[in-house]
Amino acid sequence: MAAINRDDVAHLARLAHIEMSAEELDRMAGELAVIVDSVKSVSEAAGDDVPATSHPIPLTNVFREDVVGHTFTAEQALSGAPDSDENRFKVPAILDEA
Amino acid sequence: MSTDEILSFDEAMEKYDPVLGFEVHVELNTKTKMFSSAPNVFGDEPNTNVNEVDLGMPGVLPVVNKTAVESSIKIGLALNCKIAESCRFARKNYFYPDTPKNFQTSQYDEPIAYDGYLDIELEDGTVFRVEIERAHMEEDAGKLTHMGGATGRIHGADFSLVDYNRAGVPLVEIVTKPIEGAGSRAPELAKAYVAAIREIVKNLGVSDARMERGNVRCDANVSLRPHGRERFGIRSETKNVNSLRAVEHAVRYEIQRHAAVLDSGNPVVQETRHWHEDTRTTTSGRPKSDADDYRYFPEPDLVPVVASREWVEELRATLPEPPAERRKRLKADWGYSDLEFRDVVNAGVLDEIEETIAAGASASVARKWWMGEIVGRAKAADVDPGQLGVSPATVVELSRMVEAGKINNKMASQVLDGVLAGEGTPEEIVEKRGLAVVSDDGPLLEAIDAALAAQPDVADRIRGGKVQAIGAIVGAVMKATRGQADAVRVRELILEKLGVTV
Repeated sequence: MAAINRDDVAHLARLAHIEMSAEELDRMAGELAVIVDSVKSVSEAAGDDVPATSHPIPLTNVFREDVVGHTFTAEQALSGAPDSDENRFKVPAILDEA
Repeated sequence: MSTDEILSFDEAMEKYDPVLGFEVHVELNTKTKMFSSAPNVFGDEPNTNVNEVDLGMPGVLPVVNKTAVESSIKIGLALNCKIAESCRFARKNYFYPDTPKNFQTSQYDEPIAYDGYLDIELEDGTVFRVEIERAHMEEDAGKLTHMGGATGRIHGADFSLVDYNRAGVPLVEIVTKPIEGAGSRAPELAKAYVAAIREIVKNLGVSDARMERGNVRCDANVSLRPHGRERFGIRSETKNVNSLRAVEHAVRYEIQRHAAVLDSGNPVVQETRHWHEDTRTTTSGRPKSDADDYRYFPEPDLVPVVASREWVEELRATLPEPPAERRKRLKADWGYSDLEFRDVVNAGVLDEIEETIAAGASASVARKWWMGEIVGRAKAADVDPGQLGVSPATVVELSRMVEAGKINNKMASQVLDGVLAGEGTPEEIVEKRGLAVVSDDGPLLEAIDAALAAQPDVADRIRGGKVQAIGAIVGAVMKATRGQADAVRVRELILEKLGVTV
């Protein structure tokens, strides 16, 4: 059983700004533990000679030349915004960063 | 907002030993952003230098800017760092509207450059070595403008407006190891360190390095410990310190504030402090807490950057001479005194003087022109001396005309004004303004005769061997020719006329 308890889930929920009820925390603690256990089985398949990787394909140095490409207009950029003002995205003030 | 108690700086120094640390963010001046092909340009209309990658839209793929990687390696090399054979990007997860992705793409445990140092020269010539922990690649965030109820714009509703033009601009964050042993020179060292970083990235050509535009930004960490204790005290991290002067003041203030807290028997709170230029104080930001759990993990959308040794050496070969070494070399070559050289550096005319000497002037002539004539005019016009419009070739031409006795210094100054007024080349202006020194002896002899006749007693004294009396006659001749005579030639002619040999 993976070490994901209810407190861990509550902590993650807070970090992710997700409001969760007591029942949800209980349920998710169980579900996440199963998920982490499932993922863990990958390490069983990989032997000691297989280094950890962050990418499935062994590629390196995928670069772009420093040449300007396309941009959006402000209207396009803001077209999906819930709210905007003066060609800028309008968001609720975040108080702890005043 | 409460005002913090502070101790005098001297008292703080008597009791405590400061330890510093800096995180300097350098915005690179690439044409495009770190992971998208949108332009990296300052000051454009909001949200016009963005595309789907910068806005963090679903399904987009970032692609690394090769030039930004090369610039980062150059910075690492200039800071005497090791360059990682292989390194990865990582996601730094946090929720704040300055990043639309809910994470910043950065580097975590694998910075591209690490274990370097920089020798910082303080004003009196003391050299202080600052160890560099790492320099890593990341992206800048968008710009928030806080608005709302308090400002009266929208009644009762606080909100922020976000411009993502800056989101994704390539950054290199340079982190020092803890800096110990600076003592009472800590504020001066802080300023000198940030100045040195700014100078290096500017010299490398990898950043515009304009602090007022946020191209170079400094977070200053300060902690105090009683003298003799090895363990570090609790530190504060002061953000928003964006001028060299502010860096010095902020470090000084935090030392004084920490000292007062420690004196009162309380622990220093580990927190972010905000610097306020107007009051030259800091105020409490947010305490370090769970919010700093960034849950870094390797960025799955990007592959590792592998810097082959060949590539690194290729880049190393392109590095310009480090600014500090260059200054040392130039000072020795030019033979200026410490004070003369410092004045030249402070006036910002090092490049100009170097070019003027390369164009054919002597070191002393180049200094005389730039420091004596051009810097003052630039100040009056409120531009950098190099931007005033005086080319090294003009300075050389003017000084040659003076040396040839064609014009005197006073006229040369007028000719310079003419050049700046767009009247043409020095040669043309001398012609047009009729400024040439009178070198035809005819008119001079006439003026000398007149002057001698007007002051027969002086003439007699000169004949009698009192040669120093000649000044009165030379003066009269210069006056008669409205300053256009060559004073040296006038003197010769007077002595000849009176039959005096010196």
